[in-house]
Order: sequence, then C-alpha cells, then structure tokens
Amino acid sequence: MIFLDNLINGLSLGSIYAIIALGYTMVYGIAKMLNFAHGDVIMIGAYVAFCGLQYWGLPPVLAIAVSMIACTVLGVTIEGLAYRPLRQAASLAVLITAIGMSYLLQNTALMIWGANPKSFPTTFINSVSIRLGRLNISIATLITIFANIVIMVSLTLFTAKTKMGKAMRCVSEDRGAAELMGINVNRTISVTFAIGSALAAIAGVLLCSSYPILQPTTGSMPGIKAFTAAVFGGIGSIPGAMLGGVLLGVIEIFGKAYISTELGDAIVFAVLIVVLLVKPTGLLGRPIREKV
Amino acid sequence: MSELNAELPLLKVSNLHVYYGAIHAIKGITLEVRKGEIVTLIGANGAGKSTTLNTIAGLLKPRQGTIALDGMPVGGTGASKMVYKGLSLCPEGRRVFQQMTVRENLEMGAFSRPASEIPDSLEDVFSRFPRLKEREKQIAGTLSGGEQQMLAMARALMSKPKLLMLDEPSMGLAPILVDQIFDIIRELHESGATILLVEQNAQMALSVANRAYVLETGSISMSGNASELLHNDAVQKAYLGN
Repeated sequence: MIFLDNLINGLSLGSIYAIIALGYTMVYGIAKMLNFAHGDVIMIGAYVAFCGLQYWGLPPVLAIAVSMIACTVLGVTIEGLAYRPLRQAASLAVLITAIGMSYLLQNTALMIWGANPKSFPTTFINSVSIRLGRLNISIATLITIFANIVIMVSLTLFTAKTKMGKAMRCVSEDRGAAELMGINVNRTISVTFAIGSALAAIAGVLLCSSYPILQPTTGSMPGIKAFTAAVFGGIGSIPGAMLGGVLLGVIEIFGKAYISTELGDAIVFAVLIVVLLVKPTGLLGRPIREKV
Repeated sequence: MSELNAELPLLKVSNLHVYYGAIHAIKGITLEVRKGEIVTLIGANGAGKSTTLNTIAGLLKPRQGTIALDGMPVGGTGASKMVYKGLSLCPEGRRVFQQMTVRENLEMGAFSRPASEIPDSLEDVFSRFPRLKEREKQIAGTLSGGEQQMLAMARALMSKPKLLMLDEPSMGLAPILVDQIFDIIRELHESGATILLVEQNAQMALSVANRAYVLETGSISMSGNASELLHNDAVQKAYLGN
C-alpha cells in the first residue's frame, strides 16, 4: 500500500514536471533557445490564481482561466520584447537574457506580493478524496494526472493535425525552409510561447494545490527539475517531455521514500547523468544529424 | 519572339548588391526572366549564384537594388511573404522536412494556399512525380537523394508559383538521376512554367535553358542565348572543361 501511495504521488508530481517540461521543450524545439524564465511564469500564474481565489472571490475554474490568460500575455510579451530582438544574436546572449528575465519576474513578484510566503487556498481541490480499498487518493492528485493526459493528447493531435501545429514542426526542423513555404516564423514562435505559458499557468495551480506554499521563488526549483525532465526525455520532443517528467517525479518520490529524504534531489540528477552518458540525446531524443 | 520581348518581364532584378557582413558578395547584378522562359545562372563555386537566388527569395536582404515581380517591387518583404506573391525557391541541398512524410512535405509546400485547393495540386504533382505517389506515406528522411530532390521540386510547385527557382537541383546526384531531374525541368518548361535555374553543371543547364547569365565573383560577366553560350569559347574553357 505504501508502495502504491508513493507511486501515485510520484505520478502526480511527475505530471506537474511534465506539464512544465512541455513549455521548455516546445520553445527549445521551435525557437532553439532555453527559456529559463519559464519556471517564473509558473510562479506568476500561481500568484494570479491565488489572487483570483483569495481576493477576487472567483470560482476555481475562472481563477485558472484568468491565470492562463495572464500567463499567455506575459509569455508572448517576454518573447516579443526580450527574445525576438535577439533572434540573430549568439545563443549565449539569449540565454543570459532569459536568466535576467527570470530574476526580473521574481523581483517583480517580490515587489507586488512581498517576501512572506502565501498559503495557497487548496480547500477547493483537496476537500474530497477517493478511497480505493485502503488507498486514499486526493482529488488534486487525480486532476493533476488527468490534466497531464489531456494536455499530452491534445498537444500531440495539435502538432500532428493542425496547420499551425505542422508549421511548428517545420520551423523546428528547418527555419529557412519553413519560411520558403510561406510560414511566418515570428508568429509561429509567438504561438509556441503562448501555449507554453498557458500550460505554465495550469502547472502553477496544480503545483500549489499539492504544495501550497507560494513565494517569489516557488517556480525556480520545479523549473529546473522540469528542464531536467525535458533533457531527460530528449529536449525538443513532446512525448519525451512527458516521459521525462513522469519518470523524474516517480524517481524523486521513490528516492525520498526508500533511499534518503535529503538525497532525493541528488538521486534525480544522478539518474539524469547516467541516462545522458548512455543516451546523450535523452530517452526519446533524435540522434543529432550532421548537416551535409 | 518580338511580342514576347515587348512584354514586361516576370522577374526584373536591377543593380542588386548583397553583403555578408563586410564581404561584398553580389556586386550590382541586373537580370530578367520573361514568362515561360528557363533562364540559368551559371558560374564557379562561390560566384554568388545561390546568394542571388536567396536574395530574390527574400532570405537575404539586399543592401541596394530592386527586385520586381510582374512589375511590382517586392524586395525586402521577407521570404515568407514572397511565396504569397508567386515566388517559390527549391533550395540548395533540398532541405525537405526530414521528419515529415512525403505527403506532409507537399502539403507544407501549399501552406500559402487554401486547403480546398490542395487535393487538385497533389494530383497534379503526383502525376508528374509518380515515384512520390508510391512513397506518399514514407518519412522524407528515408528517401534516396534523387527522390528527395524530386520531393523538394514537387514541394516548391505546390505553391503554384509564377516563378520557380531551382538551386543546384543536380547536386550530389548520380548521372542517371541528373538526367531524370533535367527531363522533369524540360517537362515543366513545356507545360508553361517559368524557371530560374542555378547550376554548377553548366553543360546540362545550358542545354535546357533559353537564356543564361554567367556569374563571376559577384558580377555578370556574360549573358545571352543558352545555345550560343554553350558554344562560346570562353564559356567552354571556364565551365565546360573543353
């Protein structure tokens, strides 16, 4: 029973990592950059949802919707103002800009909401739990896992079937050739940021529903872990981000439960190192092709 | 012929200058392509042939000069807009989308057109390239070099361009495939396509083209009827190895 409990907790935490990792992996795949401010977009999303629930008295669904809209606008604005002017610049310049953007968001949150941790209202999602034999599963856990599955299926369909989704795959593979098809690359990248940021809002709410302490640095560690998950699964690959995220969550919870609570994070990164030694492009990453 | 000459050229490039940083790659090129013509741009490696095509396609920005399509200036609008204006470039090295199927590649070629028109164009392209029809569901990266070149050309045709630009379509292909590719270019010409062709294989290019420009380190050194250039002593010495 404890094993099953841990497994479900791991799947739930892993689902949150996976949803965050999607933002990293899609932006990397299409814009070829690491958006290190992504974790902080999650934090902003959580704060907006917090305000919606706590101060504005919004019903949960509406609070999440407002948070998603806010994050989408934020993500597209960040891309347009900070990253787009650097499209032709060295990748190191973009990376440093992303780190700067991360600090800017954290400090903005500090200014608006202060340094004191807020306690995220979780009663709406945690009040009910389901009993399966001796197993007790909270609604938050179920919603998290379910949300993850829905997001994965929709994104897979989106990239496989829709015109914009296909355009994204083209830009991801060969930006120049995509332009020659008539694809507007800047718009495609904007849409990618919009999707990634909307997902970040969902991840923020789910994260704070399970771990209800909200402060300006809330997004940092999950952000880094999700980035790890994206690399683990093969950065640029949507199923890879899912697999990497879920595995990372499960490994983290099992590591903490059976090996050492203190070493939980270290175990996660040790596994990452081993995987990358054996398979440098990640679990589902494509082998790097030499351009002829 | 006199009527054709009086017509406005489909593509008119005037005094084009292109730089890569400080390097003056294209030094004032003027050329034109009339409706229904195959015009070829030949020259040695690094003469600026691909640079010229990429600039016309909008991938590179000219420092100076004008590009007009159907009498309308189109320079500096960016590659993705050029497709909508009727220009299609089949780039050097094919650059098909390796992870997509043959059919998806062709559909992406028609990105600029309404979805309702795609099935007819697919039919068209498949009848011209039956090999691609056989491989419709195959991932493009698994095609042979010759098949990928056919796919790249078919993809470029899917936008129904007024002007098709082909950059080194014979590059890296076995002689028998080169012949096939040039047969296809001839067929396209016969069905009325207007083509601007860049080739290192000057012999083949001149044999298929109506007119030709010879490019030397960023400038046009000679131009004229393709058949005349094919027998020109200087061209023979420099590019045909006779």
